[in-house]
Amino acid sequence: MKEKRRPDMWIAVSAVLFLLFLVFLIFPLFQIMKQSVIAEDGGFTLAQFRKFFSQKYYTNTISNSLKVTLAVTACSLLVGIPMSYFYSFYRLRLSKLVFTISILCCMSAPFLGAYSWILLLGRSGVITTFFRSSFGIDIGNIYGFGGILLVQTLKFFPLVFIYMNGAFRNIDNSLMEASANLGCTGLKRLFTVVLALVMPTVLAASLLVFMRAFADFGTPVVIGEGYMTFPVLIYREFVNENGADYGFASAISVIAIAVTALVFLAQKWATRKFSFSLNSLHPVEKKEAKGIGGFLMHAYCYLVCIIAFMPQVFIIYLSFRNTNAAGTIFVDGYSLCSYRAAMSRLLMRSMGNTVKLGLLALLFIIVIAIMISYLTVRRKNVLNDTIDTFSMIPYIMPGVVIGIALLTAFGHKPFKLTGTFTIMLLAVIIRRLPYTIRSATATLSQIPMSIEEASISLGASKLKTLTRITVPMMSSGILSGAILSWVAILTEVSSAIILYNNRSITMTISAYVAITRGNEGMAAAFAAILTVMTIISLLIYLKISKSEDIRL
Amino acid sequence: MRKNISIQHAVKRYGNSTVIHDLSLFVREGEFFTLLGPSGCGKTTLLRMIAGFNSIEGGDFFFNDTRINDMDPAKRNIGMVFQNYAIFPNLTVRKNIEFGLRNRKLPKEEVRAQAEKFMHLMHVDEYADRLPDRLSGGQQQRVALARALAITPDVLLMDEPLSNLDAKLRVEMRSVIKEIQNKVGITTVYVTHDQEEAMAVSDRIAVMNDGVIQHIGTPKNIYQRPANLFVATFIGRTNVLKGRLLAESGRTFIETHDGYRAEIRGVLSGYASDRDIVISVRPEEFRLKVDDGGDGISATIRDSVFLGLNTHYFVTLSTGEEAEIIQESSIDSIIEPGTRIRLTVNTEKVNIFSEDGSANLLAGVVNDNAMEA
Ligand SMILES: Nc1ncnc2c1ncn2[C@@H]1O[C@H](COP(=O)(O)OP(=O)(O)OP(=O)(O)O)[C@@H](O)[C@H]1O
Ligand SMILES: [Mg+2]
Repeated sequence: MKEKRRPDMWIAVSAVLFLLFLVFLIFPLFQIMKQSVIAEDGGFTLAQFRKFFSQKYYTNTISNSLKVTLAVTACSLLVGIPMSYFYSFYRLRLSKLVFTISILCCMSAPFLGAYSWILLLGRSGVITTFFRSSFGIDIGNIYGFGGILLVQTLKFFPLVFIYMNGAFRNIDNSLMEASANLGCTGLKRLFTVVLALVMPTVLAASLLVFMRAFADFGTPVVIGEGYMTFPVLIYREFVNENGADYGFASAISVIAIAVTALVFLAQKWATRKFSFSLNSLHPVEKKEAKGIGGFLMHAYCYLVCIIAFMPQVFIIYLSFRNTNAAGTIFVDGYSLCSYRAAMSRLLMRSMGNTVKLGLLALLFIIVIAIMISYLTVRRKNVLNDTIDTFSMIPYIMPGVVIGIALLTAFGHKPFKLTGTFTIMLLAVIIRRLPYTIRSATATLSQIPMSIEEASISLGASKLKTLTRITVPMMSSGILSGAILSWVAILTEVSSAIILYNNRSITMTISAYVAITRGNEGMAAAFAAILTVMTIISLLIYLKISKSEDIRL
Repeated sequence: MRKNISIQHAVKRYGNSTVIHDLSLFVREGEFFTLLGPSGCGKTTLLRMIAGFNSIEGGDFFFNDTRINDMDPAKRNIGMVFQNYAIFPNLTVRKNIEFGLRNRKLPKEEVRAQAEKFMHLMHVDEYADRLPDRLSGGQQQRVALARALAITPDVLLMDEPLSNLDAKLRVEMRSVIKEIQNKVGITTVYVTHDQEEAMAVSDRIAVMNDGVIQHIGTPKNIYQRPANLFVATFIGRTNVLKGRLLAESGRTFIETHDGYRAEIRGVLSGYASDRDIVISVRPEEFRLKVDDGGDGISATIRDSVFLGLNTHYFVTLSTGEEAEIIQESSIDSIIEPGTRIRLTVNTEKVNIFSEDGSANLLAGVVNDNAMEA
């Protein structure tokens, strides 16, 4: 039941936000849909969809994507759940480091892991060559399904880890004691009680991993080779050398949105159906990890962290190695030649663009997220609910698709934004907004209404209440959300790859371009700088945010 | 400045359900006025209408002669204390208390002096520069009170300010609140559903039920001469017996169904005729003696509880009704369960109501609700 309110500034804010979403999100989305079903002559046609579904070459990409994504989801659970269990129920040495490294792994640039693993385990990878020359054993190579599985698992298991930590922490000690009291302990308790309690979270985490892995473009494009996944297909069709087929690319985009939307809805449905609230007054006390079991637990956690983090360390190491004159092969000795090469290839410009892009986008994202969260939490009405729904749409749009949609809508006259900084800015804002809105909304709904009423009854205006009381109280939540967005923007590939040109190029794209051109040294230098920037940002994040509940 | 509050024919609707139909009341200036009633009866709703956080669907609200229905909550000059304190967690205690003063754009020294004064008054000056999350519940409540009072509001509104505290602190804080209200002399509207708390702090109490005011009066009057059966049962404990009122040659008697009869004075003349009534006897208004065949309602002891000063007896009357009786503990042994006894009532103190419980038939009810409506 609603109450009448006197009109105030928020109505204007609602209207402006609504318009912005219409123009920058709904309109591009609509354009892409239109383009997928309208033929050259302006008539309605399903030819593009028929083309897609009639050729194995295309449909295979869907089954490829589904297969590898399901495998990645399963492996992430297998790796992440035990790790989280050990982490949550036992006092591990260096547990803080384990946590930090997990976060670093899942926030690294998408293709970085893939590239690094190729350098390790690829055809001429360090480990491959070592085995071949020392023992004459061919350990094969990791291109294709296996490679994607390895890289994505190592990238996405931290999502499971972080989600499960939250769930395990919410189990009240009394539940554990009660089940022990009823004669259920040890492994039996783990499977019948503990895992049952966190099942909703397992479900939520797997769907999240599924969506992320499905939409991931950077990994399969670098390491997939013949094993083409869906996002890669969209990209290939869009930048086709024989002239881009916009109609077809749009049609595939629509299919991609449909698939992710389906998963998203399944996730919503599942969380509503299976969620029950755990409320822990007395979290489970961590036990000492002793004996052989304790040793194995430590070994497991450390090993996972080492393997997952190795690519980043390896890249940094490589960036200091000597290369041949062309920069295509690493040779013995160390120097800064890769960095010099990078300097000559737009390093400064890409870095400048990246920082500018990140800061500007953050500014917009924070302001808009605060306003939207305020509207949806404190001013529920039809218009604001619509805005909230709109703001969630980017969740289900893979980055490549957002890129294509924006180009389709704003690429031509009268906008002509192709290749501009503005359109890249738009893309990252749209992509990151939902995450920041979620964390702002979550923070705001924890703030009791009476705090604002207290402020107003003490004579503060509504605007002053917002700026002096509400926003400062939200600030820690928003700030930590913002840093994560910042990192995500630093490492953004999939939409930028569609939208960039030489003037608006960013660090990740520079690294990506160097990789695809075979400029190994330069690629390592770009990637190393990017990695260091990411690591520093995340360390700052971990310093600021007290809670381990991270909304990635 | 002290103000009176006058509410005339207030109506509150949430969607289609009307929570308050037609409510009027008057709070005198400087008075400690309490809204008391069972959960969900509309106390918070009414308080928030005064504060301006709920819309008003009908009627008029006045502070002195100023109609405040459409006044911005920020301009009403109200001090408000919330159930969950609503202390700003990002500001220190001092900043919290200065918050309202700063909004007045007062000179800096004045803000500081005023805040100091109230921090001192509420004994929170030693925590002045702490953040509130490091304070106990009682301390937070003191800060909330200091913050509300520091702006020298015209009226002070409090919604169950003590309900988050433990029992002991509740008793302590309620005397703090009463004392401070006395000292500052501010018109106060206080909401609670704890009748003992209401009795302890209030100048006058308004007992509400289902959005309707049942009785407005002093704690003493509400307890001793409740306006209707609801008030009698809600305030304190009471035994309800069915009976008849008999009028004989200018004298009036009550008679219970088992034939016990006693003279009662002070029946309002309009009611002084034979009729069915409900008799409300508080536990301490019974007199108890072991059955000696004399006068009184015959009953059997079921159980007893010795509480030091008093002993409580739970008895079954011969009519089948149950009753609770409180006697000052005597040095003799406690009467055994199963003992047959006789009960008489203190006719000066008991109340009698019309059969439907809607009206007290005795003189002496002072109900400001009826007078002002
Ligand atoms: N925002 C709202 N929307 C709809 N109904 C409401 C709303 N707020 C209160 N009500 C209803 O109005 C009635 C009175 O509520 P109110 O909160 O005033 O009760 P109360 O007397 O303060 O009770 P308590 O002692 O439990 O705090 C209740 O029936 C409640 O369900
Ligand atoms: Mg209430």
